[in-house]
Amino acid sequence: MPSFVKAEKCDGCKGQDKTACMYICPNNLMKLDKERMKGFNQEPDQCWECYSCVKICPQQAIEVRAYADIVPMGGLVHPLRASDSIMWTIQFRNGNSKRFKFPIRTTPEGSIDPYAGKPAADMANLAKPGFFNLPPAQLPASGK
Amino acid sequence: MGSFGNPDIVEIDTDILIIGGGMAACGAAYEIMRWKSPDIRVRLVDKAAMERSGAVAQGLSAINTYLGEQKPADYARMVANDLMGITRDDLVMDVGRHVDNSVQLFEEWGLPIWKQPGDEDKSLKDGGKPVRSGKWQIMINGESYKTIVAEAAKKALGMENIQERVFIVKLILDAKEDNRVAGAVGFSNREDKIYVYRANAILLVAGGAVNVFRPRSVGEGMGRTWYPVWNAGSTYAMAAQAGAELTMMENRFVPARFKDGYGPVGAWFLLFKAQATNNRGEIYMHSNKEMLKDYPPYGLAAVPATCLRNHLMMREMREGRGPILMRTDIALQALAKSYEEEFGPKEAKKKIKHLEAEAWEDFLDMCIGQAGVWAGENIEPEKKPSELMPTEPYFLGSHSGCCGIWVSGPEDLAPPEWVWGYRSMTTVNGLFTAADGVGASGHKFSSGSHAEGRIAIKGCLKWVLDHKGYKPSMDRDPKQLAEEIYAPVRTYLQHKDYSTAVEVNPHYITPRMLQARLQKIMDEYVAGVGSMYTTNEYMMNMAVDKLQELKKDSEKMMARDLHELMRAWENYHRIFAGEAHLRHMLFRKETRYPGFYYNMDYNFVDEENWKCFVNSKINPKTGEWTTFKVPHKDLVPKG
Ligand SMILES: Cc1cc2nc3c(=O)[nH]c(=O)nc-3n(C[C@H](O)[C@H](O)[C@H](O)COP(=O)(O)OP(=O)(O)OC[C@H]3O[C@@H](n4cnc5c(N)ncnc54)[C@H](O)[C@@H]3O)c2cc1C
Ligand code: SF4
Ligand code: SF4
Repeated sequence: MPSFVKAEKCDGCKGQDKTACMYICPNNLMKLDKERMKGFNQEPDQCWECYSCVKICPQQAIEVRAYADIVPMGGLVHPLRASDSIMWTIQFRNGNSKRFKFPIRTTPEGSIDPYAGKPAADMANLAKPGFFNLPPAQLPASGK
Repeated sequence: MGSFGNPDIVEIDTDILIIGGGMAACGAAYEIMRWKSPDIRVRLVDKAAMERSGAVAQGLSAINTYLGEQKPADYARMVANDLMGITRDDLVMDVGRHVDNSVQLFEEWGLPIWKQPGDEDKSLKDGGKPVRSGKWQIMINGESYKTIVAEAAKKALGMENIQERVFIVKLILDAKEDNRVAGAVGFSNREDKIYVYRANAILLVAGGAVNVFRPRSVGEGMGRTWYPVWNAGSTYAMAAQAGAELTMMENRFVPARFKDGYGPVGAWFLLFKAQATNNRGEIYMHSNKEMLKDYPPYGLAAVPATCLRNHLMMREMREGRGPILMRTDIALQALAKSYEEEFGPKEAKKKIKHLEAEAWEDFLDMCIGQAGVWAGENIEPEKKPSELMPTEPYFLGSHSGCCGIWVSGPEDLAPPEWVWGYRSMTTVNGLFTAADGVGASGHKFSSGSHAEGRIAIKGCLKWVLDHKGYKPSMDRDPKQLAEEIYAPVRTYLQHKDYSTAVEVNPHYITPRMLQARLQKIMDEYVAGVGSMYTTNEYMMNMAVDKLQELKKDSEKMMARDLHELMRAWENYHRIFAGEAHLRHMLFRKETRYPGFYYNMDYNFVDEENWKCFVNSKINPKTGEWTTFKVPHKDLVPKG
């Protein structure tokens, strides 16, 4: 079920050297056609349908088309990802549709302060079990 | 500036090198920055972008390991039973006693975790009770799981210490010191650059292996595997080539999932109490129950081992009573009826709607493709059952499998023979691993992988502090290493004009065809889906020979661009992962995992002779494999 780019909507991320879809694809599939200034999936049969590119595209230009060797044509699963929730639209081949909205995050994106309020590590514990914020004495007993 | 065929060579010195950017790597990056002093250099390299790299790229709908009130020893018992008795209790218990801390951090960073009524605003850390979908699992809204975990890791480590889009090809051993890792080499899949890293310690956490076997879908659907198509066995291959001892590589995972989309089945079994049947509506877990008696004690536990549940299902398929159906229709109709009786029609409708959203979320949070299959096939689960299918085999050490690398255990839990000083170190000095990389300890899942990355990096740091004067020396100079990595590019440039069709040329093989050949060998001779997971010694010996020829031909792989160069090396890694699996299967004279594979020459479990680890290693100088038994020990009483 490979991703594809709608030619009309894609603006090639305005000619930046790194497009959003290229940046994100975990399988390095998205590429920029420099002549047309459009993104495209260079190896559709290696697409995991993870939707990372779909979710990140600033122009909403990427969709996923169910893989042609298996699925009857005409369905569509498409997300709209906001900062705290995601809205999914599922369109069935027969025209029915469903819509779901789920939360995705309880804190603002980029707001994580990794060690705020956390203790320093006690170097005496380096070779012992536990983490910097979980001293050996607080570990649950492994018990038998 | 480098050009294609003439790359720049960049040399980088670091104290600790983390290879991979997945769950384990993110845990490691977070933990290390609190322990290390500023003079210790740490660098992380990922072939993708951490924000969405690895197995959690699409998100997850559950965290499968959260102990809460439960005991690490009980967790170890469950893991051992599911993996047919041969696991390392020391490693499992160590993950078990650490894992909750990582989950509590995820919640603090912003991951929505479902709570029981009344506890909605209470964090796990403050005793909030999670909604469990199983004894060890908790439910989450996990679309942004990886984004959140990566954000914390990237902030902790600092982007200046992270390189994305660098693919590591191999580890380099020290030229002067025996059995000691000195560094690694890789290349950028974006720029014409080769990277040579010299390091004192390396944490190798590049995930499991997918598409070593021919997948069920071979057209456009080939990439829609269950485990992530981009994890290519780099962890096992690179460690093996450096001479690290592997363990239990004969183990594989063959999950039973919704057919073609690989959607998770857990919610249907647990939330809806759905049953899986054959085409006659018979529940094979009941009708084939007797078969479990052949495999005591693993078949007799309250929850029989995963492979045995497959074993009962596969009988139906072999004997012509397929397909296997998830009876979503019966389950939903029964629920609707019981809700109506209990709450009245209006309330019942609301409740069903809510459950339906949860079932779809299970797909949309971690296997969106399944939603696409249902959309295209007009599936209305309340009206029609859906097919289940066992998948092609995968190699992994963190999910419901246990193949991987043999590592040093925790001193306070492990017997002396399982401890060689530094926690999580492989048998190669300075080389560490975690998560999918660690063998004989499955069921860590996302949370346990993060926690184990944190455990392992402490071992790395201890090693570095104890070996501060170490100066890595590599046996080949960077130019030579660059030549080795760029060989497929050279091959292409040298021969490309010989024939008029770029794909067909007697002087080289495309990475894609090399992969197809590997998959064909593994599928047909090493118990893939094509033979319903059966093989025998004769066939496996043939496969050994075929793989040797394939390895020779891998030297003739070509690459037209950097993307294809990555595919070339990924497939090279896949060959080694596949060979390790095959050699272990051939060595083990029994069928330890019926339902995952059958060695028809020894189609039984032999507790007396084979309740032991099978380990193997390659002699890095000669390339020769040796495979041997290592005694097993139960550290917690089972039974
Ligand atoms: C469909 C699916 C469902 C799952 N369900 C659940 C669930 O419900 N609950 C749960 O808790 N867990 C679940 N898991 C399991 C969980 O995702 C894994 O256990 C965990 O991600 C393993 O962590 P890891 O660090 O070993 O590998 P990964 O997270 O896969 O990371 C591997 C990393 O290595 C990088 N890499 C690979 N090769 C190279 C190379 N040669 N050079 C450089 N970098 C490289 C990759 O880009 C990636 O960053 C699921 C996984 C999948 C795929
Ligand atoms: S991210 Fe969207 S707009 Fe940018 S190049 Fe890709 S498809 Fe085009
Ligand atoms: S859906 Fe995922 S794998 Fe496919 S192109 Fe987009 S980011 Fe890559």
